[in-house]
Amino acid sequence: MNAQHKPTGSAYFIAKETEKPETRTLSVLVDNEPGVLARVIGLFSGRGYNIESLTVSETEHEAHLSRITIVTNGTPHVLEQIKHQLERIVPVHRVVDLSVRAHEKGHEKPLERELALIKVRGQGDHRVEALRLADAFRAQVIDANTEHFIFEITGRVSKIEQFISIMRPLGLIEVCRTGVAALNRGAEGMEA
Amino acid sequence: MTGSKMEMTGAEMVIEALRDNSVEDIFGYPGGAVLPIYDELFQQDDVVHVLVRHEQGAGHAAEGYARSTGKVGVALVTSGPGATNIVTALQDALMDSIPMVVISGQVPTPLIGSDGFQECDTVGITRPCTKHNWLVRNVDDLPRVLHEAFRIAQTGRPGPVVVDIPKDVQFATGEYVPPSPVTEQKSYQPKVQGDLDAIREAIKLMGEAKRPVIYSGGGVINAGTEASHLLRELVQLTNIPITSTLMGLGAYPASGKNWLGMLGMHGTYEANMVMHDCDVMVCVGARFDDRITGRLDAFSPNSKKIHIDIDPSSINKNVHVDIPIIGDAGHVLEDMVRLWRASSTNVEKKALEGWWEQINKWRARNSLAYAPNKDVIMPQYAMQRLYELTKDRDTYITTEVGQHQMWAAQFYGFEEPNRWMTSGGLGTMGYGLPAALGVQIAHPDSLVIDIAGDASVQMTIQEMSSAVQYDAPIKIFILNNQYMGMVRQWQQLLHGNRLSHSYTEAMPDFVKLAEAYGCVGLRTSKPDELDDAITEMISVDSPVIFDCRVANLANCFPMIPSGKAHNEMLLPDEATDEAVATAIDKKGKALV
Repeated sequence: MNAQHKPTGSAYFIAKETEKPETRTLSVLVDNEPGVLARVIGLFSGRGYNIESLTVSETEHEAHLSRITIVTNGTPHVLEQIKHQLERIVPVHRVVDLSVRAHEKGHEKPLERELALIKVRGQGDHRVEALRLADAFRAQVIDANTEHFIFEITGRVSKIEQFISIMRPLGLIEVCRTGVAALNRGAEGMEA
Repeated sequence: MTGSKMEMTGAEMVIEALRDNSVEDIFGYPGGAVLPIYDELFQQDDVVHVLVRHEQGAGHAAEGYARSTGKVGVALVTSGPGATNIVTALQDALMDSIPMVVISGQVPTPLIGSDGFQECDTVGITRPCTKHNWLVRNVDDLPRVLHEAFRIAQTGRPGPVVVDIPKDVQFATGEYVPPSPVTEQKSYQPKVQGDLDAIREAIKLMGEAKRPVIYSGGGVINAGTEASHLLRELVQLTNIPITSTLMGLGAYPASGKNWLGMLGMHGTYEANMVMHDCDVMVCVGARFDDRITGRLDAFSPNSKKIHIDIDPSSINKNVHVDIPIIGDAGHVLEDMVRLWRASSTNVEKKALEGWWEQINKWRARNSLAYAPNKDVIMPQYAMQRLYELTKDRDTYITTEVGQHQMWAAQFYGFEEPNRWMTSGGLGTMGYGLPAALGVQIAHPDSLVIDIAGDASVQMTIQEMSSAVQYDAPIKIFILNNQYMGMVRQWQQLLHGNRLSHSYTEAMPDFVKLAEAYGCVGLRTSKPDELDDAITEMISVDSPVIFDCRVANLANCFPMIPSGKAHNEMLLPDEATDEAVATAIDKKGKALV
């Protein structure tokens, strides 16, 4: 087989990249111990991988396990490396490429949801319009006075981005997003 | 310490855990934050402590100790500068997969984060240069963490770990728990057995090959002596030619008839041509490093590649392989030998006759040739004589980094594994002298030689003082050419021979320096005096600094210039001034 045209990560010989980057969602089960998130983030920054979104929280209290969900992009070769490099981290139990798993099961993507809090300030027509659109997007009003609303919206990333861009001309002040939480469809868990 | 409950202080636990993990020697340097551990060291005799002069020296000594014994190397350092000084050795051990446990002191837990005296974020600083690390905030966690540290350092792909222990935890008392035979850890379960179907497929491919090659690396050394024996058996059974990386030298004997010499940037012509023209490549415990592959898009273009490695992330990292086999080199080689013997596809040895004929033509090219000189010692000649005069002894060789390292790799024939300690991945100048100290501590009666350069050796020369203190009769054999030779060679090749800061104008008198340290200094600059001087060096029963004055401007050839492929080597007899000046085109110069 021909050697692949791939960058070595060293300056010795840099071949042209011919593969196209893809976006993937990884689920990483880790021991909930100090520094574990730093190990994961340090791996990404140290090896020059991309992080589009990252969420982390303890998910199994008894077993002290946390679940980190990372949305990353790279060429298939880099994505394979990311998975193996994550698996080298000692407190990492398991790395599942949810996007690949979804494809195997005949789904386009894993189930992905994000939550955002969005503050909008305005008066008169803008206020009415913001409230009407929030209703259309099924966003909840969680704080308000006569000058502002804070909306809570949950959904796919694209929906949240669309909502934010619609709010922009209506007096958008600030946005806080959680990053993507993801699971695969079906009865099986991550171990399957 | 009686009964089943073993109450003790954190500092006592450290010593107890060292005992329980069969540690006999450690290398270290005391300081405020590790004083409780040093106090315990003082009150026992099981663990011998070797005092270095700089923590980097402790790290490299532990590496040399580990590499030459197959055991875990252990270093003990204080907080802050003690920890930061050992970072180079940690990264060195990480890149060369050396098992090492570093125990560092830390400021007391209430002071962590307060910018206390000699405080640094040791786990933060060492996170990317260790296999794993721990800050132990609770004395009850200490025994488990220490045992885990030893397990992680030496299992799977070996590597360095750091256990950072705050001073109050060293004073605190808790219950000591001995190492458990069953591991409690759920994550981190390295796979050692290779997939049998993949191994069968590999054997079939090897059996059908017309132009096969085995390319072995440091993984075979790490897999233990038995792995080297199995490698030799496989080569003998299959009659496949074998080459090795810098880290893998000695796994197959240099006197073996299938030996091609080292491959890569300064490897032999035959090794690199075989890599380029082969149809089946069996990579055992090596990682397709950029010094090995040369130009990637022209690397072994027509071969099927089999890759045996214990680290799944090494597979397909730089080079796409056809049959990946994840497992310990020893286990996989054992299966390979067994399956080859049982295999019906066994080729007759004659099948490779044509290939060997071709290889012998390449060998006849004599790519390590150099122009001998009657008046000046050629560095290659010095290596040849050193080899001839020490080969029949129980000899261990360490090196620094640079031209001398490559000449040592090219001209010193290694017959056994664990006899060759060098900094491969990181390329750490200053590695060899402390590494030699570590080797000598592990093998007090052996001949331990650091083949050094005049520039490298000055980076850790202070460890001569440690060698004298512990009667470690290491021999520092300096190929002194007054230059940072490899830097100068690259400046000649890449930068119009503008020798920017690669000449050492104020070289110390190495003989006087040796005497100042209380050891023996020798010097020679004449080829006809070299043998006698080397013989004298060997016979001296104390540390020696040997100032071997060699030709100043010799270049290390053969060489694959940057941006070139294996079959575009620069050979010594073709390396005229003009060829050297134009060897690397503009594109290659940008790469380095």
